[in-house]
Amino acid sequence: MPTVNLDKKRFLKYLDRDYDDEFLKERIAMLGTDLDSITETEIIVEAFPNRPDLLSEAGMARALRGFIGIETGLPAYDIKKGNWKVSVDHKVKKIREHAVCAVAKNVNIDSAYLKSLMQIQEKLHVTHSRNRKMASIGMYDLDTIKFPIKYTTVQHDFKFTPLEATKEMTVKQILKEHPKGKDYAHLLVGDEYPMWIDAQGQVLSMPPIINSAETAITEKTKNLFIDVTGLDGKVVDQAMSIIVALLHDHGATIEQVNINGAITPNMAPWEMKFDYKYINKFLGLDLTDKEIKKHLERMRIGVRGDMAVVPAYRTDILHPRDLMEEVAISYGYENFEAEIPNVSTVGEEQPATVFQRKLAEACVGLGLLECLSFHLSNEGVLIEKMDREPRPLLKVTNPVNKDYDTIRDLLMPGLLKVLSENKHHELPQKLFEQGTVVDEKMNEVTSLAIVSSHATAGYDEARSMVEAIFRSLGKPVAFTQDTKPYFMPGRTAQIAYQGEHIGYCGEIHPKVLNNFGLENPAIGIEFNVDRLLK
Amino acid sequence: MHDNEKQVITSLEKKKKQSLEELIESTKLNRDAVSTALANLADQAYVSIEEKTSEELVLTSEGSMYANQGLPERQALDLLAKTKEIAMNDFKSKIDNDAIALTWLRKAGYVDIKDGKVSLNAVGQKASKEKLAHEQVLSAVMGKKPLPEKLATEAAEIIKRRLAEVKTQKHVTASITKQGLELVKRGISVEKEVGQLTPQMVVTGDWKNHKFRIYDVSASAKPIYPGRRHFLNQAIEYVRKIWLEMGFKEMQGPLIQSSFWNFDALFTPQSHPAREMHDTLFLDAKKMNLPELGLVKRVREAHEIGTRDSLGWSYIWDQEEAKKPVLRTHTTALSAQTLARLRKEEWPAKYFALGRVFRNETVDWTHLFEFDQVEGIVVDENANFKHLLGYLKEFYSKMGYNNIRIRPAFFPYTEMSLEVDVYSPKKQGYIELGGAGIFRPEVVEPLLGEDVPVLAWGQGFGRIIMEYYQMNDLREQNKNDVQKLRELRQWMM
Repeated sequence: MPTVNLDKKRFLKYLDRDYDDEFLKERIAMLGTDLDSITETEIIVEAFPNRPDLLSEAGMARALRGFIGIETGLPAYDIKKGNWKVSVDHKVKKIREHAVCAVAKNVNIDSAYLKSLMQIQEKLHVTHSRNRKMASIGMYDLDTIKFPIKYTTVQHDFKFTPLEATKEMTVKQILKEHPKGKDYAHLLVGDEYPMWIDAQGQVLSMPPIINSAETAITEKTKNLFIDVTGLDGKVVDQAMSIIVALLHDHGATIEQVNINGAITPNMAPWEMKFDYKYINKFLGLDLTDKEIKKHLERMRIGVRGDMAVVPAYRTDILHPRDLMEEVAISYGYENFEAEIPNVSTVGEEQPATVFQRKLAEACVGLGLLECLSFHLSNEGVLIEKMDREPRPLLKVTNPVNKDYDTIRDLLMPGLLKVLSENKHHELPQKLFEQGTVVDEKMNEVTSLAIVSSHATAGYDEARSMVEAIFRSLGKPVAFTQDTKPYFMPGRTAQIAYQGEHIGYCGEIHPKVLNNFGLENPAIGIEFNVDRLLK
Repeated sequence: MHDNEKQVITSLEKKKKQSLEELIESTKLNRDAVSTALANLADQAYVSIEEKTSEELVLTSEGSMYANQGLPERQALDLLAKTKEIAMNDFKSKIDNDAIALTWLRKAGYVDIKDGKVSLNAVGQKASKEKLAHEQVLSAVMGKKPLPEKLATEAAEIIKRRLAEVKTQKHVTASITKQGLELVKRGISVEKEVGQLTPQMVVTGDWKNHKFRIYDVSASAKPIYPGRRHFLNQAIEYVRKIWLEMGFKEMQGPLIQSSFWNFDALFTPQSHPAREMHDTLFLDAKKMNLPELGLVKRVREAHEIGTRDSLGWSYIWDQEEAKKPVLRTHTTALSAQTLARLRKEEWPAKYFALGRVFRNETVDWTHLFEFDQVEGIVVDENANFKHLLGYLKEFYSKMGYNNIRIRPAFFPYTEMSLEVDVYSPKKQGYIELGGAGIFRPEVVEPLLGEDVPVLAWGQGFGRIIMEYYQMNDLREQNKNDVQKLRELRQWMM
């Protein structure tokens, strides 16, 4: 989840009240964000990905004003008519189709606000816009631009001066050499590149990569031109609504832009039908219609009859169930009483669980100590140290690190590793583990493995243990001579159950003991548990 | 009474007051045996013990060597007395520690050195026939005789030469008490006592003829390490019991799941960050099969256009993405499969699962890439949010946490979503445990056919297990330190 550092001073200014940190901490958490901390100057929160509108001081203050009752109901957005014209070239359709624009005038910008604008833009890019793929936002100093503006495409040899560069670069150079170009080049495919260009040929930006240096906003900027482009029209609209709302709340005058005849930004709220009874039923409450209305309004959602009126910047309302959650948050999660219903159902364990518990009990009775290893291991342990022939094993595409890039197909190597890590402790060490092993075809099997290490460990002990376990399960077992690279020849037995081969036991080969750095003899047992249950 | 004690008290009866050394001499026991016997006898008031400490001068190993072989200056004196005069080089070769010898002889004014030759002067001649002051000190210390007052300066010099040092000596003197005398008068037979009872003695009845030694039951014995379940599995068994007692049926299923069950059936959009490489462990294997066509179609529609009253995520759902195998990131995949199998006649139904889940996490003391989750669902037409809180509260109170806090949260597959924290009096703060909620209609409708309340939770419980065992580092769970596994207390709930 994205962490945002909100400017506490400005947040409190928007909130229009001065509250102590404890109150803010508690209310912000109960509104539905993970509050990290409040410092002298900042409020640090992890906003949930469903509420990108809370990623700014203005957005958070807007929601909190409703939640604590300073100002409730649908916030109004007064968008003025403007005389700004933008033409969109049909060539962008294949590359980055959707585009919306807005103008914000008389924006009170200082260095702190500039930082805050950069932050919200960045956070919206990362979360809501999925790293600029679905949408990307551009902001420019309006007074450096000559209208009408074009949203068009250019070739790779087109030149302009991007931000963070001192001289002109070609598009090709930017994508190859500029830090932002390198980060986002993968979002542009084909030989045409999207470009915002003004009436005098001045580049505004190459979305979703970088803005031009000449049109960049500074502390002296008064008026803004904003664009959002992207692959997903809904995400693009929502991102613009979030930006426009926070600039509006900051006191800016928002003006419309005409894009090929369409008027943006569209801040009109939308409606969703809901059922008051549905809300009460799922919440286990008995709220009156009036109370439900009041709760929705505290969450800044308007209500007209059985219609909820949802602000354009809310991205998370997909279903009346989402309105229900708004009611619950306003009602206060802390105010719900816990209740266990009087519903009779019968508990039941899986037969495999019962069987595996019995096996574990048998092992404990043999004086074995249970270990728990990770399912993820590596070929060094599973194959090389065990002296096994190389074989395909199931691999993780994106492992945490190389020691854990393979799913185990045997438990015994893990137990030998445990022995090797516990050489400084007293012998004998007799261990067992029960768990899932997986072959390269993704077949999962429950396996049981045992190792016993001490100066006189020998085949007899292995055989006695296997027999004792099967005796306790009331199941027959047979042993026949076999070979395995990790067992000593002539001291290796195949374990069979009802004529079916289910595993092996024997004396660990001294070569394998050497590989694991073990100094004492050891025996090993491993067999398939699932086959016994059938 | 132990043999040794009998011997000591018998000796003390003969000579009423003896030092430890005298007792060692008279009983022929070693120092430890006599000390132990005296301590036991004193405990029973048969003897009284007097302890005195004193500071004594004792020879160092170098000191005792010289006490036997003579000091270097003595060797030099003897040599010079014989030869009258000797070349310095000869002197050096004939005397060990010639420098030390010469230093002391010159300091005492016994020798003259002229033209590279050493000779005794008159004082030296006279001194060579007498015992030197340092020699007197050495022999007094060796013989444990008191040092005459006039040798104080020389004694200090001997200490400085590291030939002797001051040591605190303990002198133990034991006297037999009245009770002790009475005990001896009543008669103590010093007969042989037997330790181990043998099968022979049992069978033949010979045990009647023996006296068995009384053991010191407070003495330590060799530790025994019995076989045991792993501490985490002990806790898991208890968690399982809680849900069974509350009438929940167990769910089980594979660790490897298709993205369909792990994400898509749970209304997690295909562009969701959780489905990226930095969160989920993907497998380098063939794509997996999807379930029956109808279900796939319903899930696709939930994503693209939404279920009955839903707007959906409005994007084009990719069936191939859903086939990618993953190591399950939550046990909620099992809940989805259970819902898909459940028939309406089986409502109300309650299920739980306990299982390993996987995340692409860098391992540290609070994070593991493999950990266990406790999962639960309740399918009931009359279930509501309060019931969800009821089940969770009951569970955590059985885990020993009576104070839980819930906060709003977000998961793609629940709405009502909440985060559960439990208050730890030990930490004086809350422990975050994980999510719960009511499954979204976009999850429930494709799987179950209608929008029924399905309460759901999937939470890690590693942290509270670790708190129970007073461990701070989650990595202990899979460390397999044999000694720790042997010695850790049992799960006592």
